[in-house]
Amino acid sequence: MVKRTSKLTQPSLPGPDDIYREVLSNGITVLARSNFNSPSISMGGYLPAGAIFESDAKLGLADFVSSSLMRGTQRRNFDEIYNELESVGASMGFDSGVHNISFGGRTLVEDLPLLLKLLSESLQTPTFPKDEVEKLRAQWLTGLAIRAQDTSDMASMAFDAMLFEGHPYSRPSDGYVETIQSITRDDMEKFHRLYFGPRGMVIAIVGAIEPKKAVEAVSRVLGGWQVPGQLKASVLPPHKPLKKTVKRHHALAGKSQSDLVIGMVGPSRKGPEYLSASLGNSVLGQFGMMGRIGEVVREKSGLAYYASSSLGAGIGPGTWEVSAGVNPKNLKKAIGLIEKELRRFIKSGVTKQELADSQANYIGRLPLSLESNSGVANAILNIERYGLGLDYYQRYVGMVREVTRADVLETARKYIDPDRLVIATAGP
Amino acid sequence: MANKITQLTLKNGMKVLLKEIHTAPIISSWVWYRVGSKDESTGKTGISHWTEHMQFKGTKKFPASMLDKAISREGGRWNASTSHDSTRYYETMPADKIDLALRLEADRMRNSIYKENEVASERTVIISEREGHENEPMFRLTEAVQNTAFRVHPYRHEIIGDMADLHTITRDDLYGHYRTYYVPNNAILAIAGDFETKEMLKRIKELFEPIPKGATPPRLTRPEPEQKGEIRLSVEGPGETTFIQVAYRFPDATHPDFFPLQVVDSLLTGASGLSYKTSRLYRALVDHEYAVNVSGWSESTIDPYLYRITITNHPKGNPEEAIKVLDGEIRKLQDELISRAEITRAVKQASAVFAYGSENITHQAFWMGYVEMFSSYDWFTTYLDKLAKVTPKDVQRVAQKYFQPKSRVIGIYIPNGAEA
Repeated sequence: MVKRTSKLTQPSLPGPDDIYREVLSNGITVLARSNFNSPSISMGGYLPAGAIFESDAKLGLADFVSSSLMRGTQRRNFDEIYNELESVGASMGFDSGVHNISFGGRTLVEDLPLLLKLLSESLQTPTFPKDEVEKLRAQWLTGLAIRAQDTSDMASMAFDAMLFEGHPYSRPSDGYVETIQSITRDDMEKFHRLYFGPRGMVIAIVGAIEPKKAVEAVSRVLGGWQVPGQLKASVLPPHKPLKKTVKRHHALAGKSQSDLVIGMVGPSRKGPEYLSASLGNSVLGQFGMMGRIGEVVREKSGLAYYASSSLGAGIGPGTWEVSAGVNPKNLKKAIGLIEKELRRFIKSGVTKQELADSQANYIGRLPLSLESNSGVANAILNIERYGLGLDYYQRYVGMVREVTRADVLETARKYIDPDRLVIATAGP
Repeated sequence: MANKITQLTLKNGMKVLLKEIHTAPIISSWVWYRVGSKDESTGKTGISHWTEHMQFKGTKKFPASMLDKAISREGGRWNASTSHDSTRYYETMPADKIDLALRLEADRMRNSIYKENEVASERTVIISEREGHENEPMFRLTEAVQNTAFRVHPYRHEIIGDMADLHTITRDDLYGHYRTYYVPNNAILAIAGDFETKEMLKRIKELFEPIPKGATPPRLTRPEPEQKGEIRLSVEGPGETTFIQVAYRFPDATHPDFFPLQVVDSLLTGASGLSYKTSRLYRALVDHEYAVNVSGWSESTIDPYLYRITITNHPKGNPEEAIKVLDGEIRKLQDELISRAEITRAVKQASAVFAYGSENITHQAFWMGYVEMFSSYDWFTTYLDKLAKVTPKDVQRVAQKYFQPKSRVIGIYIPNGAEA
């Protein structure tokens, strides 16, 4: 054996002692953690201005707005913004989901003030220049044309549409051709005016800087942001449970492989069953070479290059889905194998060994997921977003160990019903 | 970034590179074999990649059923990949669990089994992997450009191999490939992370030194003759989007022109790993709405390879006009000296990308082995200095030398409409 002769002095798991958290007077929450091992900084965060605010007719508006933020501000045009960033090897971008607009960036520490200044301008004073919006629209429509040809994207969209029919989660956040074409500059300005603001915004700074200095740097550019009328999102409507299995095939000619997504609603990230669902899912379709699903679909049957299961757990109801890419003639066979595994899973759950393996994996991989600044930034943003507590990663090992086989089985039976599945496929 | 490493060669010829990094309780270990798709002859294309898959099918000591579980149980991350020039396997583990990775790699360097039934099931997995690639217009176009750019050199085929060969390669072909190339004198072990060099070296010797040296494996060398005129091709397929790929010939990674060409690449399509909205081609093509995207790609290879510029055409644009705009930008680089400030900018960008990379131990261990495939670790440690020494005249000279229409291949993906 190689003896462990570590010279490490720094504790590796973030916790209340080294995550600095401060709420500015305008409501922005700033999180910071130092890491002086590299002269770099990772920055990330979100604000509650997601697709939940947009109508069906303007689907994609939040996403379109978020992508336009860096296309021009009151002080700088598109080319100037990117010239500042790219000249120093920094980067920044915005994205959007149902609930939040998220942002992220990285920079050498000496250029952090520049990065934050550009973040602040993009959030507070975007101008949505007409010509830039039109260029972006053309790029967007091309993206949708490419999406329309992607078997994996089309199967996922069909899955969400069936699983969350009538619920905001049923809609693709990048919209449809007609809705993107209908969005005007006025829509974008209005969306920004009504929903963007400091309340509910969270930003994390991780890297070669003292936490208090990071907070000061954020406060300097964003501390004065005030939006008195900033609107709040309405409460998510409940989703309708399925009465029976539903299927949809999206036909795409000229493709050599079909994609499938089979699944159901899963727990939310905040829910008490999240960890037992996650460990159960690890056994089902993650652990080792994609868990039991990988074993039957790939290793034993040679049907697919990828076949795995995943949880999509966020603020509202989540998803629990199995996905695979298979030759079109093997589609039925693969679906049959997956259904069989789901039945087995809720009949007898996981074995003692399987659970112990996944628990060991979750505990052992923790330092790997927290190695880079962006890994730590994501981790502490999750703590904030889901109210997990600053000591979450220090309690984590205990929580993982506490999950029992009975917990996994109970959670699996609560969510998985092989007679009420959503089966979405796309391909020839 | 500290770059101190220990390098040595074991008695059986296996090269070892070790770098202590005490920033996180993690160790990343990589084994590299000097074999890739460049060593594959017609009829056996894809065999290096398939062999890589078979290396996960187990040995007597580590049967397939426990192999992946053993690593995952310890919280490790592991994978493998095949490139034109090499095949590499890595494990990144909690520091106190690295021994498992070392034992596994030493064992599968010579004891993998290659059962007939596992070859059969992996055949269909790889065919499925290829079918997944074929779903993508960009794969089809890239494959066609590559096939056309190389008539003689084995860089002509995709790493995954031709479908014909995926149907006919046998168990014995795969096993023969394994035994020929997977010998310690054809391997490099690169480890970075939270260990002490002396201890680590002792363990490496215990595990790897008993593996006997093999015959030095041959490397396939079939130099590509000079291209004597522009070649154009088209690929048709489903969709609504036109893609253009223009491939120029770049020298190998140790050629003195490699570094000025990196500056050219960063000027044309941006620095690797960063956004590129102020690059010359983005401004000329995307800002002016000939295209909705443009990107550039070069690789550090043993033999001369390609620099590929890929353009996603604007829905209202004409691909020929986009190519004219591209030609205009290249002509500017050939006719006008760039400013010193543009080189300084490229160096600053590259140093930032290096700093981001140094946050990640897996990434650092990767680079130690990667550069050994075509050069030595010095190539990596002197990269920024070499970039800084590039002059505006160098840039002009290489732009004139390598960006000639007569030595390029232009491929266009022509969409035949939305799905039927």
